[in-house]
Parts: sequence; structure tokens; C-alpha cells
Amino acid sequence: MRALLYSRLMPIAAVAVIAAVVPAYFPSAYYYRVAALVFVFALAGIGLNLLMGFAGQVSLGHAGFIGIGAYAVAVGPTHLGLPTWLSLFAGAALSAIVAFLVGRPILRLKGHYLAIATLGFGILLSIVFTNEANLTGGPDGMSVPRLVLFGWAAHGSETWYWISAASFVIGAALALNLIDSPTGRALRAIHDSEVAARVLGIDVAQKKLMVFVVSAVYASVAGSYLAMFNGHITPEVSGFLRSIELVAMVVLGGMGSIVGSLVGSAVIVVLPQVLSFLHDYEHMVLGLIVMGVMIFLRGGIVPSLTALFAGRRA
Amino acid sequence: MSILSVDDLSITFGGVCAVDGVSFDIADGLVFSIIGPNGAGKTTLFNLISGLYVPQGGRVVLAGEDVSGWAPERLARRGLSRTFQNLQIFFRLTALENVMVGRHRHERTGILTDLLHLPAVERQNRATREQAMEALARIGLQTMADRPAGSLPYGDLKRLEIARALATEPSVLLLDEPAAGCNAVETAELEGVIRGIAKDGVTVVLVEHDMRLVMNVSDRIHVLANGRTLAEGTAAEVRVNPAVIQAYLGAQEVGRAVS
Repeated sequence: MRALLYSRLMPIAAVAVIAAVVPAYFPSAYYYRVAALVFVFALAGIGLNLLMGFAGQVSLGHAGFIGIGAYAVAVGPTHLGLPTWLSLFAGAALSAIVAFLVGRPILRLKGHYLAIATLGFGILLSIVFTNEANLTGGPDGMSVPRLVLFGWAAHGSETWYWISAASFVIGAALALNLIDSPTGRALRAIHDSEVAARVLGIDVAQKKLMVFVVSAVYASVAGSYLAMFNGHITPEVSGFLRSIELVAMVVLGGMGSIVGSLVGSAVIVVLPQVLSFLHDYEHMVLGLIVMGVMIFLRGGIVPSLTALFAGRRA
Repeated sequence: MSILSVDDLSITFGGVCAVDGVSFDIADGLVFSIIGPNGAGKTTLFNLISGLYVPQGGRVVLAGEDVSGWAPERLARRGLSRTFQNLQIFFRLTALENVMVGRHRHERTGILTDLLHLPAVERQNRATREQAMEALARIGLQTMADRPAGSLPYGDLKRLEIARALATEPSVLLLDEPAAGCNAVETAELEGVIRGIAKDGVTVVLVEHDMRLVMNVSDRIHVLANGRTLAEGTAAEVRVNPAVIQAYLGAQEVGRAVS
């Protein structure tokens, strides 16, 4: 049993150790900031990976849930007088409810049809955030009050680095737990053959809905962190491009690889910073690199490299 | 006492009656085969019984309960499972995990316990793994347990599907052309597997083209042609039935004329 526990959570233990050691080599607060963003987006990536990489259901609207989480920690304290931490949970709960209500009808769709339906859902939410200016400040966005816990106020990139790294490790551990459970096996089965899963007694519609809700909660919590960390949000946080970035992270890092979500997030967050010296050509080069990775590491970065090294050793 | 009966079952696709008023009763613990020329409606009938299609007419009765139009997952929980003519394997899972998924309806954990990996999940995983391993051993695939199912040879996958369906502990098991694509040795093994399943008290409903296998293992045979019942009886009775001979000979002559 110990050996099993060891093997299941080992990759995340390794990430935790690296996350704890690496800041010693950060030359400036800027590095903390970028690394914190990597962990925050990786958290959302894990959620989407559970949905896409394990259950095989695509969502092109997941930034909508990031938006719900982000606006929850802005609107909750500003308009409703809720403490920020409570607003985070309220946002997660709201995301779960929205995912449940929206998921019921749209998860019946398959493949491209599901992709378009979730795309529409994401755009719809982003329009709501833009238009409900009384509540959200409209296109200019709104400021987010600081997170205060027991009289201690979280601020600064370094603090957020530790919060987001710890949250990623917890989120990843929960995801790895889920995969190695009856529910996880059922989800992976649905990915390969829905009809076979059904004749074995798996309620496919219910499982899909459940993983959709779980993945929405991941995105929502990531959104709340992002908003609290930045101190300001605009509707862009829930926009179409953000949704596409999330999908790109999951696919680049590796569908069905939890550590892959972290690597994918690192690529999408860090590369634009590294390439900023290219000015106008930055996005073009980023696009080329993404294309290159997909051509040469077809299964995503982490699964492809793992297979490569396993092959060498054998 | 009949464990499964269909009564005047019908479905049409685009004006064509794929299954047209078919009725039969299957006594508990028998091997019941459904045969007929290509296009007779055998697989459609299976899809109706297993809940993948909703019948437009007639009833399906499982263990005394009208289950017409029930979803497949609901039927599976009542003890009816099946295999598929074209394999429906979970290719990315290992052979063992495929069979473990078959245990799903007996597993007792929820999403929150699963996320937190409470000790109950560990106990459940261990129990499921042991039971799945036994099921694999019964069909002689225990050495393949940790191989990805996608890397197994075709004949093994056919048996893996049977083991996976058996893991649900069905009272009725529908086998859709289990011998298709199997060589003589594999088919002979399959015969033993089917006999073993029946001996354990599971009612087997078999759709199969391999006549030797059908004649050897079946307690009763139901013959379909063009979606309708042509005959039913024991192997000996069906073999000498003029209508059956006509249907098969007719099909053969058409086959000869085409080639």
C-alpha cells in the first residue's frame, strides 16, 4: 500500500521539492511573479485535463469559469461585503452550479458539437462580465481587494508564489487521487468507448457532468487566485483567447498527464516573456514553437519525453 | 422459468423492418443462439435487448420485469451485459484495468472519497484488482494484465471483452459474434469459455456465424431471416428444418452467383 501511494503521488512530490528549492535561485521578484502565474494556470490546466485528457470531453469555454472565480473575489467583497476568502469559495460553488446546469444539456453533444457549444458558453459569460458594468466595472474591469486571513494580508509576488505553488500541489494530488479510483477508471473508460462503459453499468452522462463540475471548480479557484494576485481584473480574463490558451496548455503538456499541465502552463506563460525581445514577431515565434512541439512530440511534451526515456532505458 | 423473453419486438430504420415481431423465451442457465444470414437483424436484436436501441413495438422482459426501452447502464445494473461484434475495448487502459471497469457497478465509493483517496478507496481498489485478476486468470490472460489493451492480439481482445462483461456478474450475457476473426484453435478455446460461463449459471445469448461452434454449445437455437423468426429448436431440430436449409442454401446460391 505504501508503495502504491508512493508511485501515485511521486511526480507531485517531486514538483513540490522543486518548487521549494527553485526560489533560492530567483534573481528578482519578477521571477516569483512569472512562476506564480505558471502555477495558477497549471491549476486551471489540471481541471481541464481531467475533462479533456481523461474523460475525453473538450471545452473551449473554460475561461468562463476562470472569469466566475475572478469576479467572485472582486464583486463579493466590493458589493456584498463578503470576506475575500469566502468569496473564493462562493465563486467555486457558483461555478459548480453553473457547470451543473450548463453541463446537463451540452455534455450530450459530442466532438465538434460539444466544442462549439462550450465555445458559445464561454463567449456568453465574457459578454456578461463586459456588459454588467454596475457590478463588474464593464470593459475597464474592477480592482480586487487584498486577501486577508486572520489579520494577515497576502501581498507581493513571493507570497503568491508560495500560495499558488501549494495550491497546485494540493490540486494535483487530488487529481491523481481521482484518476486512481473507481471514478477515475470510469472516466478513462468513457474516453475510449462510451457504449462499452454503458453496458458495464456506468452512467456516462452523470460521470461526464461530474467531471465537468470538478474541472469548473479548478478553473474557478485558479481565476480567484489570478484576480487576487493581480489586484485588478478585466473581462479579458474570461475571454475566448484565454480558453484557447488553456486548451493549448493541456495539449502541449500532454493530455492525461497532470505534470504535463504544469509544463504546458510553463510554456504558454514563460515563452512570451522570454520572446518579448522579438517585439512584433513574438506571437509568430510562439506559434511556430507550439507547432513544432505538436509535430515532434505528438502526445504532448511530458508523455512523449517519458516514452522516449523509458524506451532508451529498456 | 424464463430469465429473458422478448415479445413481438420490432424496429424500423427508414421504412425497413430490421426486426419484425420477434418473440422468444430463454430459460435460465441455457446457451441460446440466434443465427441467420447476414442482414437478418441479429445485431439489431441485440441492440434492442441491451438498450442501445429503443423498440418501436413489443416488449423485453428481464427476470419477470418489463425493461423495454431501459438505458444500457440500467440494464447492466439489473444483470444484463454484452460484448460487441466490432471490439469496444478501452485501448488506453491495461488489460487488467479493462476488467476492473467491469466491476464498476459493484464498487462503493463516491466522488469526494475518490478525490481525497480515503482508506475506503484503497480497500475498494484492492478488492476490485483482485477480482479482476481472477477474471483475467479464468480466460488465461493473467500474464497480460499490465499490458496496454491496445497492444494485445485480436483473439485475446475478444476474450478480454468477455472477461470484462463477466466482471459485472451478469445473469444474462449477450455475446455478439465472439468467434469472428478467430482461428480454429481460438474458436475451440472459446467453446470451452462459453461452456464454463453457462456452467457458472450465467445465461448466454449468442449471435454467431461459426455454425460448428453454434451447433456444439447451444441448448436452443433461434433462426432469423429478414428480421423475422424462421424457426426455433435444438441444434438437431434446426439442422433439418426445411425453411432454415432454404434460407441458408438460398444465401449460398446468391453468394455463388456473385462470386
